[in-house]
Amino acid sequence: MPLVEAIRLALAQIRVQKLKSFFTLLGVTIGVMFLIAVVSIVQGMSNYVTTAVAGKFLGVNTATLRKFPNFQTGNVTDAQWHLWMRRPPITIADAYAVRDALPAGAGWAIDDEKWVNAESKYTNGGPQLLAHATTPQLFKIKSLVVTQGRVFNEEEEQLGLPVAVIGVETQQYYFPGVDPIGREIKVGGLPFRVIGILEKQGTLFGQPLDRVIYAPFNSPMQRFTGARINLAGVIVQAPSPAAMTDVQETVTELMRQRHKLHPAQDNDFVVETSASALSAWDKIRGYLVGAGIFLPAIGLVVGGIVIMNIMLVAVAERTREIGIRKSLGARRRDVMAQFLAEATTLSILGAAFGIGLGFGLSKLLSSAFNLPSGVAPWSIVVALGLGGGVGIAAGIYPASRASRLDPIVALRAE
Amino acid sequence: MSADVREIPLSTTGERQAVVGNVGAVPGQDWVIVTRGITRDYDMGGEVVRALRGVDLAVRRNEYVAIMGPSGSGKSTLMNLVGCLDTPTSGEYWLNGSLVSDMKDDALARVRNREIGFVFQTFNLLPRATALHNVELPLVYAGVGSAERKKRAVEALERVQLADRMDHRPNELSGGQRQRVAIARALVNRPAILLADEPTGNLDSGTSEEIMRVFEELADAGQTVIMVTHESDIAAHARRIVVLRDGRISSDERREKFVQKLET
Repeated sequence: MPLVEAIRLALAQIRVQKLKSFFTLLGVTIGVMFLIAVVSIVQGMSNYVTTAVAGKFLGVNTATLRKFPNFQTGNVTDAQWHLWMRRPPITIADAYAVRDALPAGAGWAIDDEKWVNAESKYTNGGPQLLAHATTPQLFKIKSLVVTQGRVFNEEEEQLGLPVAVIGVETQQYYFPGVDPIGREIKVGGLPFRVIGILEKQGTLFGQPLDRVIYAPFNSPMQRFTGARINLAGVIVQAPSPAAMTDVQETVTELMRQRHKLHPAQDNDFVVETSASALSAWDKIRGYLVGAGIFLPAIGLVVGGIVIMNIMLVAVAERTREIGIRKSLGARRRDVMAQFLAEATTLSILGAAFGIGLGFGLSKLLSSAFNLPSGVAPWSIVVALGLGGGVGIAAGIYPASRASRLDPIVALRAE
Repeated sequence: MSADVREIPLSTTGERQAVVGNVGAVPGQDWVIVTRGITRDYDMGGEVVRALRGVDLAVRRNEYVAIMGPSGSGKSTLMNLVGCLDTPTSGEYWLNGSLVSDMKDDALARVRNREIGFVFQTFNLLPRATALHNVELPLVYAGVGSAERKKRAVEALERVQLADRMDHRPNELSGGQRQRVAIARALVNRPAILLADEPTGNLDSGTSEEIMRVFEELADAGQTVIMVTHESDIAAHARRIVVLRDGRISSDERREKFVQKLET
C-alpha cells in the first residue's frame, strides 16, 4: 500500500474518533509543548546575550588584545591569577604597532578603562564612573551614538583636549536638572568639558553601561586610567566576519614578536573575541537545553505508551477489518504500514499541536516574567522528528501484531 | 485425456474413498483449480482433527460449481484452502496454473488479490467506507492509481446495478444491495474465480433469488464461480454440485442429476 494511502486512511480514522484521538495525542502534545517553550526561552536569552555581548560590550567582528582574559568560564585558580599578573603589560607602543600592522579596512582603537571618582559643581559627590581613555574610532567600532552633542574627533585626540562624552547615568548623577553640554565634570581634580551624551545602553550581567565617561586617549584621562602601566584593551575590528581570523593572527604574530616568544612558548597575552566571551554562556545554555529536553522527554515516553495502548485497542477492535483487508490481498507489510502510519500520524499531529502551544506558552511566560523568547527553527524540526519517532516506536508492536493475524480467525472476529 | 470432469465416473459404491475427480486435469490451460489429495489437519489441544482427508477437485474455467455438505463435512476448510486463506497439510493445489499450496503469507496475499474474489455470508464490507471505497479496496492493494481505481470501481458497481448508490455507506444499504457491493468488490480485480461462502445465508428468500440471478449472469458472462452452501435449493442454481462428507468428496454431479435426486 502506498504511503499516501496509508496516511489518508490514518487521517480518516483520526477524524472518525476525534475525542479519542485528542486524548491519545495529549501526552505527546504536552511533551512537545514544554520542549518548545523551554527551548524558545533559552533561545531568546541566547539571542539577547549574543546581541548584547557582541554588539554592545565588544562590538561586531572585533577582537580585543588584553594582558589576560576579561571573560572566563569557571573559577580562576590563584596560581593562574599569579601567572597572569606576571605577564608583560600591553604598552602604548604595542597599541600603535598593532595599528600599523593591520590590513587596510580594519578598524582599531585603544580603550583603556578604570573606575574613577568624579565631581561636579551641580551635586555633592556621586558614584564612581568607569572612565575610558580612548581613541575616537571606538565610537564607530562599538556603534556608540550620542543623543545630544557629538563625540570627540581625531583632532581633539591628537591635541589631547580635555573633552568628554558621558553616559546617561553619569548625567543623572552629576548634572541633575541641568544640560551638561559645555559644562565641566572633574576627574582626579582635572576638568573635562562635556560635549556629548550617549544613548542609553542599559546593563549587561548587572554592570551598568551608562555610568561612564569617555575622553580622548591623549587627554589627561590616560593618567587616571593608568595607560602607561598597562592598557586595558586594544580593540581591532575586521572588515568582514571572514577576515576575523586573519586579523586575530596578525595581532597574535605581532605581539609574539614584540614579546620575543619562541615557538614553544604560549602566548603571554590574549586576543579575546565575542566568541570567547560567549563560551561561558554557551556552557550555561547547554545545561538549560539539556534540562529542557530531558523533562519533556519523560512526557514523550508517557505519550508514546498511551499511543501504544490505544493502538493495541484499535487492533483488537478492528480485527475483522484486518481480516477483510487480508482477504482482499493486503500483505503483512500493508497492514503494518496502515497501523504504523496511524500511530505516527497521531503522534506527529500531537507534536504539531505541541509546537503551536509551546510557542504560545513561551510568549506567555516571556511577557509574564519579562524574559526574552525566540523561535529556534531546529526545535520545530526536532519536535516533529521526536513526534514521528515516538509514533513509530509506539506503533511497531501493535502494527506487527495486526500484521500477523490469521485472516481466517480475523474474519470470524466480532 | 481431456475428458470433461463432469463425465468422469464417480464412486457410487458408497465406500468412503477419495473420489478421483481430477483425472486428466492439467493445471493451467483451461483448468483453473486442480487439487491433488489435499488434506488439512487441525491440532486441537493434542487431538488431531482431520478436516480434509484427501480431496481431488478440478474446476474448469467458466464453471459454476456449488460445494455442499453438512456442517463438519470440511466445506469451510476447503473453501479457506481454495480461497488461499489457508494452506493444506499435504497435497497440491494449483490455482490458475500456479502451485499455491507451497506459498508463504505474502505470496498468498498476492494470489488472493489477483485471482480470487470473495463474497461472504456477512458481506464483510468496511462499515465506515462508502460503497465505492469498499469496491476500490482490492485495487488499492494491487497498487492501482486512484483515477484508474475509481473508474474500475464504478464499472464494477454498474455491473451489479449499484452505480447510483456508490456514495452510500453499508448501513444505508439493504442486505441485497450490500451483497451486490461485495460482489462488485469481488469482481473489480477481474479474478480467476469468484468464491462465495454462503452468499445468501443472511438474506431473505426474495433477495436470495436476486443474488442468485446475479451469479447466473456472471456465470453466463464467463466468470468462474465457486459457491459454498449448505442449502440444496441454493446449490441447485449451480451447474455442478460437489458434495463433501467427512472430509472427502462424496459426490460430484451435474445440476440435472442433482435436481433429479432432490426431487426423488
